[in-house]
Amino acid sequence: MARMLKLRIWRGDSNDGALQDVQVEVNEGEVVLDVIHRVQATQMGDLAVRWNCKAGKCGSCSMEINGKPRLACMTQVAAYGEEETITVTPLRAFPVIKDLVTDVSFNYKKAMEIPAYAHPDELAPGEARMEQIDVERSQEFRKCIECFLCQDTCHVIRDHEENKKSFAGPRFFIRIAELDMHPLDTLRNRKKTAQEEHGLGMCNITKCCTEVCPEHIRITDNAIIPMKERVVDIKYDPARWLGSKIRKREGIV
Amino acid sequence: MSGVFSPSRAKIKERTLRTDKWWLQPAITFGVLFSFVIYATFRAFENKYYFAEPLISPFYSPCLSASCEPGTALAIFGQPFNNQYFGIGISPALFILIFPLGFRMTCYYYRKAYYRAFWLSPPACAVAEPHTKYTGETRAPLILQNSHRWFFYAGLVFNLILTWDTILAFRNAEKEWGHMSVGTLVFLFSTTMLWLYSLSCHTCRHTLGGRLKHFSKHPVRYKAWTFVSALNHKHPTFAWISLFGVAGADIYVRAVASGAITNFYFF
Ligand code: SF4
Ligand code: SF4
Ligand code: FES
Ligand code: FES
Repeated sequence: MARMLKLRIWRGDSNDGALQDVQVEVNEGEVVLDVIHRVQATQMGDLAVRWNCKAGKCGSCSMEINGKPRLACMTQVAAYGEEETITVTPLRAFPVIKDLVTDVSFNYKKAMEIPAYAHPDELAPGEARMEQIDVERSQEFRKCIECFLCQDTCHVIRDHEENKKSFAGPRFFIRIAELDMHPLDTLRNRKKTAQEEHGLGMCNITKCCTEVCPEHIRITDNAIIPMKERVVDIKYDPARWLGSKIRKREGIV
Repeated sequence: MSGVFSPSRAKIKERTLRTDKWWLQPAITFGVLFSFVIYATFRAFENKYYFAEPLISPFYSPCLSASCEPGTALAIFGQPFNNQYFGIGISPALFILIFPLGFRMTCYYYRKAYYRAFWLSPPACAVAEPHTKYTGETRAPLILQNSHRWFFYAGLVFNLILTWDTILAFRNAEKEWGHMSVGTLVFLFSTTMLWLYSLSCHTCRHTLGGRLKHFSKHPVRYKAWTFVSALNHKHPTFAWISLFGVAGADIYVRAVASGAITNFYFF
């Protein structure tokens, strides 16, 4: 059954902008992206919004809905009260381009700063063999759809623009963890650089990244905290450091 | 202007547009942790009502000071401390509380809880924090959070001691074995929860298997890691329940020792 929905949409660009009220028809089962498209089709022809798959798999439609970082295509209108006004704004951690579209290139720069997987020299491509239990942990992190909601909500950069230069963010901590836990990756300094170059120590494990991840990746528990423990192994644990000098142990590199 | 009010960001004047009760969770955390700290401080300095044969309060065990009540000493430690240093009377609780306190202060879960509730960094997700500068855990004092594993080991020693206290609670006031009282149950619950809290710890998970690159080469450690990972999901729950458990055990001992109630024996 169709009804009218009260919507507030942020419109503007990097110079100025404001929330604008609109009323729009909504049908049963529709998601927020549907009603935004209807607004675009019927009332605001020049409304800018980024989207692609409408299936929660491309990570394009990230925005903030009633103040929470979410995928618009995975957010049911019915999840809100019938009388409630739904407020949609662009991501508030990144520079805005126009309306609901932000410039997320920060994340691509950070991605380039993480060294890629390093294959063992002695193994030709195609010869690699791994056991499932050895790759399982890394596989969880491969579910990432790069929506950057975790990056957007992380207070380290959301609330402190100046930290952007020294902080890679949760999406890239799972990337580092994925590679550090990878059974064949041969690059040996990932723990050290995680702490010294990518800002792992800036994270105070307050778990907002985990709260917003649409893929339910347990970013903090399974990637960040294990990486912090690995960093302690090499940097802050004299007993293990000594042990690693006497006898080469797995995990200490 | 920094953070969400930086010039390049969308111009929105609200710190947050969240409409749910985002302040409730930090408010509850603050209330509960603050009450615990007040109570623990009061008890640490009270220096009485911590022993009622066969129950010793977890806040005072092991009782290491010469001023401890007779019967509270643990043979392997003895009572090496004085009750006076530099002319100041020191409660026996102060010699030991630093360890469980340090364990909880550096716990990954409690860090989340108090960074949010006490330091508002951030108060809740997508709610702008009030601080203008932020360096996380990269400098003193917060870089010391990396000492969590040492407190974890110390915590294990305390768990053993409290387990021993729980075994001793299977005696009656005349030190005869084979009895069981309400106090025994209170201690059993508190100690079990402490073990679950320690076993589900992230450091424990890391130590048992998390640090390995190849689980397939370490099947036993992989099993242990899998088991602890399952417990680790519930670490926050165990953190709270064990906190209440210890406080409950102390409240019970205090009530018995002060004569407010008698420890009821089932047999
Ligand atoms: S847990 Fe760390 S990385 Fe994740 S949002 Fe919080 S501070 Fe950022
Ligand atoms: S980790 Fe989750 S929230 Fe972050 S970019 Fe990937 S899918 Fe999005
Ligand atoms: S449009 Fe692809 S995730 Fe929403
Ligand atoms: S006790 Fe909570 S993480 Fe170790």
